Amino acid sequence: MTTHMPAAIENVQDYLESFTEFEKQAAGRNVSWLRKLRDDAFARFCEVGFPTTHDEDWRFTNVSGIARTPFVMKTDTAARPSKSEWKTYRVEGASAHVVFVNGRFARDLSDLKTSPKGVKIAGLREQIANNPDALETHLGRYLDIHRDPFCALNTAFVEDGAFVHVARGTVLAGPIHLLFVSTASDQASMMHPRNLLVFDNETQATVIEEYVSLGGGTVLCNSATELVAAENATVSHYMIEREHKEAFNISTLRIQQARSANVTSHSLLLGGGLVRNNVHPVLAGDGGECLINGLFVGDGRQHLDNYMHVEHASPHCSSRQFYNGILDGHAHGVFHGRIVVHKDAQKTDAKQTNRNLLLSDDAQIDTKPQLEIYADDVKCTHGATIGQIEENALFYLRSRGIDERSARRLLLLAFAGECLDRMQPGAARDHAERLIHEHLLSVADYLPGQSSQPQKERSWEEVG
Amino acid sequence: MALLEIKNLHVTVGGHEILKGIDLKIHPGEVHSIMGPNGSGKSTLAQVLARRQTYYVTQGEALFNGRDLLAMKPEEAACEGVFMAFQYPVEIPGIGNTYFLRSALNAIRKYRGEDEMDAMDFLPMFREKLKLLEMDEKLMNRSVNEGFSGGEKKRNEILQMAVLQPKLAILDETDSGLDIDALRIVAKGVNAMRSPDRAMLVVTHYQRLLNYIVPDHVHVLVDGRIVRSGGPELALELEEKGYGWTEAEARQVQVSA
Repeated sequence: MTTHMPAAIENVQDYLESFTEFEKQAAGRNVSWLRKLRDDAFARFCEVGFPTTHDEDWRFTNVSGIARTPFVMKTDTAARPSKSEWKTYRVEGASAHVVFVNGRFARDLSDLKTSPKGVKIAGLREQIANNPDALETHLGRYLDIHRDPFCALNTAFVEDGAFVHVARGTVLAGPIHLLFVSTASDQASMMHPRNLLVFDNETQATVIEEYVSLGGGTVLCNSATELVAAENATVSHYMIEREHKEAFNISTLRIQQARSANVTSHSLLLGGGLVRNNVHPVLAGDGGECLINGLFVGDGRQHLDNYMHVEHASPHCSSRQFYNGILDGHAHGVFHGRIVVHKDAQKTDAKQTNRNLLLSDDAQIDTKPQLEIYADDVKCTHGATIGQIEENALFYLRSRGIDERSARRLLLLAFAGECLDRMQPGAARDHAERLIHEHLLSVADYLPGQSSQPQKERSWEEVG
Repeated sequence: MALLEIKNLHVTVGGHEILKGIDLKIHPGEVHSIMGPNGSGKSTLAQVLARRQTYYVTQGEALFNGRDLLAMKPEEAACEGVFMAFQYPVEIPGIGNTYFLRSALNAIRKYRGEDEMDAMDFLPMFREKLKLLEMDEKLMNRSVNEGFSGGEKKRNEILQMAVLQPKLAILDETDSGLDIDALRIVAKGVNAMRSPDRAMLVVTHYQRLLNYIVPDHVHVLVDGRIVRSGGPELALELEEKGYGWTEAEARQVQVSA
């Protein structure tokens, strides 16, 4: 349960104004269940405010920078680049390109023509306006607004984002690419994209959720995605964060898995200033499998927080968490892996591994496993390592003629490659691989200080 | 001109002086062997020449092809033509053997102003070298040295040497831990590379390797100094009398000096 701390909203009046304004014109404002969803969520947010570091779930991440910034809702989509400028962001081989500008679905920049039969893709706002009742079954059903104030805030402002429905038996070859762009802004602005991704029985699909910035300015992107995988569905989800370094990015992926559903979540945190990535799968049917795979690469003063909450609610399910972190400069990484095994979830097999490379003396990682096991016949393991680029390996490569910069880059790529290896071959993985390669090119440029002493790798592993 | 000329080399590791004034001249085409007991500084000499940065040169110089070797980074020394076969080859997960070796070869070719070699040209040459060292091509699909046996790792070192074609090949206790079959294969690979314009420095604890790679000169290193130099017969003499003989002699030298 969330620890109750004094509300840390310094601009509660601003949020109230934004919310009042929002409710006056929002799509679905006359749909009673939706209005209730928003009102309850806003009330919850006002009640608890932003979390503080006294809250166990937020111990390593200080969001006071968000709490004290007066954000305004940004809906102006007038000044935006032309379609040709989007080309660099396109994912080759995608079956649909869906673009959102400042949280608002941009049909004119999107390309939905190629999406095949059995797949419905729309802006959530359109869907609310046209057929709100079709959303009631799922929208807001899974996201936990009581535990996480950011989820409450997102739900209060729920309106636009992606709505994807893949009908029973449909196998989608290319990924659906959801691209969220924030444009330059003088005033601190916020957006709360909300995605609902529903995969019926025996479907197979990949969705990429990607966040980028066009131009600077303080921005809060607080997104939430509800992903529903019905029986035997096989779904891959990619979260790619590469906004500029002034951006606050809070994202939550809430996965609901039915019997024998297989869901893979890949998180790639490369950009953003303060980033919190929540992944919360609930294995609600027998025999489900969930892989949560992640790579976070930070430098400067980036703060990259990976919060996992894996809930085993049914027997015979397996979950795997693998997160690799590379931190340079004064970057701060967090891996918080919470696994909850409910009383009836016998024969659970849960594993968690977090490996980190610290490239500078000032980089920092907090890694915290948290196992809560209420069943008696389960296998849960967790392990973490913190190390540096191995000098032996570096010397070996250099002694064969490879210059120091390239050698470092090779070793970083090899470390990041562990995450790539867990992705299914295809367009989404190719896209991720290209981004990682480009990003690590810049990180590999650093040269370590002469003062840094070789440090022995620290690690632990426990079996419970 | 000597390919490698070492003058009065003093080296410190972790505050301890390990090499206490080494003089050595190696000409192209020659094979020199450095022998010595444990802790005499053999490996230190090899590592310094390969430019490992944790070894500090406090005095002396080393010229490679007339250039200051001790001012070079490891990759520069490699590109100039220095190669060391590691006593303990490093496992590098995530980097493929073939990819690594082609990257290394192309880095060296680029340094020398030559065109990079594409996979089409690289593979036939590579396969030929694999054959010479009786290595399974499947091993090359794995990460560098990952899951290799001790013998496979050592053979992989010689394979790299065969691909990179250095001017000076330093073998740092390549024979340690090898069974006789692996030793023969390694020696075959090394001997195939003997040529008038290439020199070798074979560092070893045991005389056994020198039955297969016959050196032109043998130097005995004791306590950071070369106490004796001679022809291949010196190795046999050492085998017979053990290192105690040279150590005693070394003490005498110090006393009379």
